[in-house]
Amino acid sequence: MNNKLLQFSFKYGALIFIGLVLLFFSLYNEYFFTYGNLTDILRSISIVTFVAIAVTISLTVDGFDLSVGSTVSLSTVVTATLMVWFQMPLVLVIVIPIVIGALVGLLNAFLIVKVRIPDLLATLAVMYIVSGIHKTYTKGYSIYSNMQMQDGTKAPGVMEKDFLWIGQGKLLGVPFPVILMIVAVIGAHLFFKYTRWGRQMIMTGGNEEAARLSGLKVKKIRTIAYVASGVFAAIGGILFAARVGSGQIDAGSPLLMEAVAAVFVGYSVLGAGRPNVFGTFVGAVLTGVLINGLTMLHVQYYTTDIIKGAVLVLALAVTFIHLTRRKV
Amino acid sequence: MNNGNVLEMNGIEKSFAGVKALSQVDFRVKGGEVHALLGANGAGKSTLMKILSGAYEADGGEIRINGQALQIRSPADAKAAGIHCVYQEVDTSLVPQLSVAENILLDRLASSRGKAWLRWGSLYAEAQKILDQLGLQVSVRQKAGSLTLAEKQLVLIARLLVEEAKFIILDEPTAPLSLEEADRLFLIVDRLKAAGIGIVFISHRLPEVFRVCDAISVMRDGRMITTEPKTNLQPGDVIRAMLGRSFDEEYPKLDASIGDVVLEVKGVAAGHRVRGVDLEVRSGEIVAVVGLVGAGKTELSRLLFGADEAERGRVTVGGKQAKLSGPAAAVASGIVLVPEERRKEGILVGESVLHNLSLPVLRPLSRMGFISGSSERKLADGMIGRLGIKTPSSGQLTGYLSGGNQQKVAIGKWMSTEADVFIFDEPTKGVDVGAKRDIFRIIGELACQGKGILYLTCEFAEALGLADRILVMCDGRIVKQFARGEATQEDLLYYASAGREELA
Repeated sequence: MNNKLLQFSFKYGALIFIGLVLLFFSLYNEYFFTYGNLTDILRSISIVTFVAIAVTISLTVDGFDLSVGSTVSLSTVVTATLMVWFQMPLVLVIVIPIVIGALVGLLNAFLIVKVRIPDLLATLAVMYIVSGIHKTYTKGYSIYSNMQMQDGTKAPGVMEKDFLWIGQGKLLGVPFPVILMIVAVIGAHLFFKYTRWGRQMIMTGGNEEAARLSGLKVKKIRTIAYVASGVFAAIGGILFAARVGSGQIDAGSPLLMEAVAAVFVGYSVLGAGRPNVFGTFVGAVLTGVLINGLTMLHVQYYTTDIIKGAVLVLALAVTFIHLTRRKV
Repeated sequence: MNNGNVLEMNGIEKSFAGVKALSQVDFRVKGGEVHALLGANGAGKSTLMKILSGAYEADGGEIRINGQALQIRSPADAKAAGIHCVYQEVDTSLVPQLSVAENILLDRLASSRGKAWLRWGSLYAEAQKILDQLGLQVSVRQKAGSLTLAEKQLVLIARLLVEEAKFIILDEPTAPLSLEEADRLFLIVDRLKAAGIGIVFISHRLPEVFRVCDAISVMRDGRMITTEPKTNLQPGDVIRAMLGRSFDEEYPKLDASIGDVVLEVKGVAAGHRVRGVDLEVRSGEIVAVVGLVGAGKTELSRLLFGADEAERGRVTVGGKQAKLSGPAAAVASGIVLVPEERRKEGILVGESVLHNLSLPVLRPLSRMGFISGSSERKLADGMIGRLGIKTPSSGQLTGYLSGGNQQKVAIGKWMSTEADVFIFDEPTKGVDVGAKRDIFRIIGELACQGKGILYLTCEFAEALGLADRILVMCDGRIVKQFARGEATQEDLLYYASAGREELA
C-alpha cells in the first residue's frame, strides 16, 4: 500500500502539485487564470526553459553543465555590445553569440572527454572562467543604448528595434519568446525520442562503458552534447538581451539554479526517473507559476528563492527515494 | 620449524540459498607449514577460506587452534585468533596516501588505544626492523601508492607480522606477479615458515605449488578430496583429484563448413597480462581459448575489440588490417565482442530490450536521422523470437530479465550487424542450464553462417564440447594447441597450470 502510494506520487505527483497550485491561485485571485497572465507566466519562463534544456542535454549523457549560467551572461553582453559598440547586422548579432556558446561547450568537452576531469568540476571551473571573461569584456559595466564609454565618448549604436522584437514582440497574439520556447521544447523532445543521435545520447548516459562496447563513439557523442548545451544557453542569453533591452552584467547566474530545479522536477514527471525535455518544461512552468502567484500574494521577491529551493528539495526527495527503491 | 600451533577445521558445512557450497570439509594446517589448497573454479576453496577469515559464518562444524574451539563470526574474531588473509586485491587493503611505515603499523595507529602523539622516529625504525626481517628493499618513507603490486603485497605481509599472525592465507598471491617477483615472494614465504607461521597457499600454478608447499589439499564440488604431504603426490595425481570424473554435459555441435581465415592475430601484447598472442580463426570455425582465471583471456578479448589499447601487434579481418583504435572501429572492421561483465558492459540494464537490441544498428534503421519505429520493433521482435529471449515485451527493462536472457540480448544486439568475427568471453557465466544450451545453439548457428568464433572460457568441458580447435592460454601466452578430440580435461588443466612438456 505504502509502496503503491509512493509509485503514484512519483508518477503524477509533480503534475498534481502544479494542478493544486494553479487551482489555489485561481481561487485566490480572479486575474490569475486569464489569458494575459498565463502568457505572462510562459514568457517569464521562456529564457530559463532554454537554459534548462541545456542542462537536460548535459544530464542526458550523464554529465552536468554548471557553466550554462555564465554562458548566458556572456552571450547577453556580447549580443548587446555587437549592436551598441559595433553596430553589426542582425544576423551576426545572433550568430556570433551562438558560436561563442558552442565554443564554451567545446572547452567543457575538451576538459571532460580529453583531459578526463569530472564533469561537475570541469564545468565549475569553466563557469568561473566564462563569468570572468564577460566581466572583463565589459569592464564590469552593463551595456545599454548609446552608453557612456570610458573615454568619455558615447557608444555609437543602440539596441535595434528588430532585435528587441525577438524578446518583446507578439505573433498572432502570442509573445514571440513563448513561440520560440515551444518550438525548442518540441524540437528537443522529438530529437531525444525519435532521432538516432538523441537515442545515442540517452544510451551513452545510461552506461557509458556499455555504450562504448556497443560500438558508439561516446567521446564524440558527449562532445556534441556539451556543444549543444552551450548553444542553448547562448540562445537563452540572446533572448535575455532582447527581453530587457540591454546587456545586463551577471544576468545568467540566478538562471543556473532555476534551470537545475526545473530539470530535477522534470525527473519525477510521469515517473521518468531520468532527464527528459517534457519534464523539464513542466518543471519550468511550475517555478513560473509559483513565482507569479506568490507575487500576487505580495510575497517579497527575495523570499521566492526559499520557495524555489523547497520545490527543488521536494522534487529531489521524491525522485531519489523512488530511484533507490527501484534499483535494477 | 614447528612451534606447535595447529589450526583445525572439522566438518565445515555451508550453503548459499539452499545450494550446498561445502559439505563435511576437514582441513588442518600446522605452524611452520606451507599448505597448498587447490581446486577448480567453484570447488569451494574461497568459501572455506572466507569462513576461516571471518567473512562468512559456517552453518556447521568447528574451528580449533591448538585444540581450543574458536568462534569466528567476523574478520575481527579471526584476526584476534591470529588468522590473517592477504586477498588478491592488495590495493584495497593499503592506504595509498600513507607511507610504507604507516601502512605496516596501521592497526596500531588507527586503534583508539594508540598514543595521541606520533613519534615518527621510532615509528620508522620499527617498520624498518620488520622490513629487514623480511629482507624487503623498500623505503619506509615512500608512499604506499607508489609501490609496485608485488611490493604492496609484501608490505601487507609485513603488516601481518606486526599483528603477530599465527596463520596466513595467501589467496592466489602469484597471479599478478612476474616470475622474478614470484621468486621473491617465495623467499619471504620461506622466512615466514621459518618463523613458525602456518601458511595456506592458494594457487592455480602447479609447478610453484610443488616448489614451495609442504602439503597439498585438493577440493572438488564442496568436498575435501585429498590431503597428502607433497612427497606422496605427482602433478598428475593432483589434476585427477581436481577434475574427478567429468560428468558429460551435452553440447549440440552443428557441422559448419570451415573456410578461409577471417581473423588473424599477430603478436598482440599489452602489459604483463597479454604477452604476444598469435592466432587465427577461419570462417565457420569455433576456436576456444581456455585458461585459468587470470591467464589473460579477458584482457586479450578486450584488445582484439579495441576496448583497451594494444601496445604491439596486428589484427587482420578477412585479409584487411583492422583498426583497433576503439570498439567503434573494431565493429566497422567486422569484429564484435560479447564481454564477460554482462551487466556492466554487455547490455544497458536500465534500458529496454528493444533499445539494447537496436543499438549497434541504429544507422541502417534510420532515415535522415529519424529512427523508424516499425523497423526497430520488427528487428527486436524477430530477434526475441529467434533467440528465444524470455521477456513479456520488447519494452521491458533488460535488467529485469534473467541472466541467460540478458546474455541473449548481449549476443542478439550483434547479430543484425554484418560482423565476421564474434568474440565470446565467458558467455555462460551465471547462466542456467537451459539458457546455456540456447547460447551454444546460437553460437553453432553463427558458425554455420560462416562467422568466425573465438570462444574464451575457463570451463574446459565447454571448450571440449564446442570447439573445432582449442588454444590453451597461460600467463598471457598461448602455450598449447589441440585439434578437436585431441585433448582431455586433464591435458587442458595441465597446460593451463603452467605445466611444461617435459613434466608430462
